[in-house]
Amino acid sequence: MKKFIKTILGLALLLFSTLAYGQEVEMADGMRSDGKIYVVVAIILIVLTGLVVYLVVLDRKIKKLENLLGEKK
Amino acid sequence: MKNWLKVVAVVLLFYVHIGGMLVDVPRLNILNETIRALYFHVPMWFGMVLLFLLSVYYSIRYLRNPSQRFDHFAVEYANAGLIFGILGMLTGMLWANYAWGSPWHGDPKQNGAAIALLVYLAYFVLRGSVENEEQRGRLSAVYNIFAFAAMVPLIFIIPRLTSSMHPGSGGNPGFNMYDLDSRMRLIFYPAVIGWFLVGVWIVSMRVRVRELEEKIIDIENEKVY
Repeated sequence: MKKFIKTILGLALLLFSTLAYGQEVEMADGMRSDGKIYVVVAIILIVLTGLVVYLVVLDRKIKKLENLLGEKK
Repeated sequence: MKNWLKVVAVVLLFYVHIGGMLVDVPRLNILNETIRALYFHVPMWFGMVLLFLLSVYYSIRYLRNPSQRFDHFAVEYANAGLIFGILGMLTGMLWANYAWGSPWHGDPKQNGAAIALLVYLAYFVLRGSVENEEQRGRLSAVYNIFAFAAMVPLIFIIPRLTSSMHPGSGGNPGFNMYDLDSRMRLIFYPAVIGWFLVGVWIVSMRVRVRELEEKIIDIENEKVY
């Protein structure tokens, strides 16, 4: 009996594993290809974008202050 | 600073960050993929030297014609250059940890760069210790010329005279000898220009803040009298 259950379980596991890994399922794997380098690219682009936006906002703030002082004079 | 220059800087940096990660690089032992750090580490030092050069230019102009504006440009260019230098030092230490085995190797290039940064830190100590505006401008302008003259041999000449592991020093040929091939140049030089322009952008904003400060002080003074 024990042997029978073991065989059934083994067969079931084999079936599941082949179902899970046996076939190529097409997914949006672009970001995971080439050692996931595109994830790194995306991350450093987020940092760069943040820095640039910060600089632009700062620039506009200074412009505003300049206009404010220009009116006062 | 002209707005189109800011756009050029941003476009170049986006190109560098994408291309620097994805474009093929020479396959070298030990360096492996860290060769890509060249696109980000070396432009910091190139940017620093260019910013310091502009700082000296404005210091000389200040000595010839002591206008407050030139002093502002001199100090802010030195300030931005120092930030670039510190970032170059930190990136270099991280890179050295994996390429040389430890972050601080006592390599002549590292030591020279550290001394150069200290020389420039002293520039700000000097500025902070003089109350009188004209004296401060004149003294720091003269010191700034000395600092630049000290930085060049410390970073570019002494490491070449002794044995240094840093590429471009000692018996060790620079990347530009054969490693920095044409593909890498296509990303490296835009990186230098892009980061340098960002430095100039930051300087222009900080100078504007200083001018705003002056205006406010003027208005306050008018109120008093």
